[in-house]
Amino acid sequence: MIILLALAAGIGIGFAVQPSVPIDLQPYLPIAVVAALDAVFGGLRARLDGIFDDKVFVVSFIANVLVAALIVFVGDQLGVGGELSTAVIVVLGIRIFSNVAAIRRHLFRA
Amino acid sequence: MTAALPSPPPPTGWRGLVELLRPRPNRAQAIVALLVGLLGFAIAAQVHVTRSGGTLATARQTDLIGLLGDLTARADRLRGQIAALEVTEAQLTAGTGGRAAALAAAKARLQTLGILAGTLPATGPGIALTINDPGHQVRADVLLDALEELRGAGAEVIQIGPVRVVASTALLDAANRNVTVDGVEVAPPYAFLVIGDPKTLAAALGIPGGVLDTVDARPGASATVDQLARVTIRALHPAGAGQ
Repeated sequence: MIILLALAAGIGIGFAVQPSVPIDLQPYLPIAVVAALDAVFGGLRARLDGIFDDKVFVVSFIANVLVAALIVFVGDQLGVGGELSTAVIVVLGIRIFSNVAAIRRHLFRA
Repeated sequence: MTAALPSPPPPTGWRGLVELLRPRPNRAQAIVALLVGLLGFAIAAQVHVTRSGGTLATARQTDLIGLLGDLTARADRLRGQIAALEVTEAQLTAGTGGRAAALAAAKARLQTLGILAGTLPATGPGIALTINDPGHQVRADVLLDALEELRGAGAEVIQIGPVRVVASTALLDAANRNVTVDGVEVAPPYAFLVIGDPKTLAAALGIPGGVLDTVDARPGASATVDQLARVTIRALHPAGAGQ
């Protein structure tokens, strides 16, 4: 409940403040958001599996975001930033789908 | 922090979800809530950027450079096409009137000169003059008179037998009493094909003491004139080498 409220509050504040993302961060923010989503769904799945650990969640959340941004940053330096962004998005998307599938099995037994 | 986990086997299914929603205020929940709140904020910020900036604002530098290069190359190509088309347009505008008129005039002149020189076939109203002379009494001088009479009456194109008559055509008596026209031996009956005004030509030939009378005066010879609406002369005078 607290977490859902926090999510809603974050989205509400974001839309209310209309923050301007620094130009240097703009290529990495979408990747970071997707990586964080992956961590959140992974945490939800772990919670339903009964193996949720908040320390693991915090570390995986931050690590996901940093590694995703780092991969894209390195890709930009190497001149393959666009391709690596796509690769990261694909991998994270697959992980999100598999986590959501596990959550769905928990909830619907199917 | 691990104290947050319930000691009995964790609930699963919808019960687990409901269990999740139950507020359990502690430090771990606060940290997780902070992170998720940050995620929500980032999502909102990114959505805002995407909506306001369009796609170019968030594109990375290499992509923008590629786009710029493509656009520059495309603009260069189009500019080249514009220049070429403008040159063509200018040429066409300047040349259309004068060139077309000159071309038409030159073609008409070529046709006229070709017909006069005998290098082109010709068609038009005219007459067919046939001189029957089984006795070989009609000589070249009579034919030359007839030719001159026809020319005087405005004949434009003349053919004697298989030979196209031009300005330099010569009529000669041949040894066997035939007539050579431009070196080609022609035997009676002598067939003239003439393009010109039929009535004028027939009248010129039929005047008293004229060609027809002269021919008729020769023993066994006769001449007939047919006025034709359409005479086609296909015999050609070989064109000489240019000088």
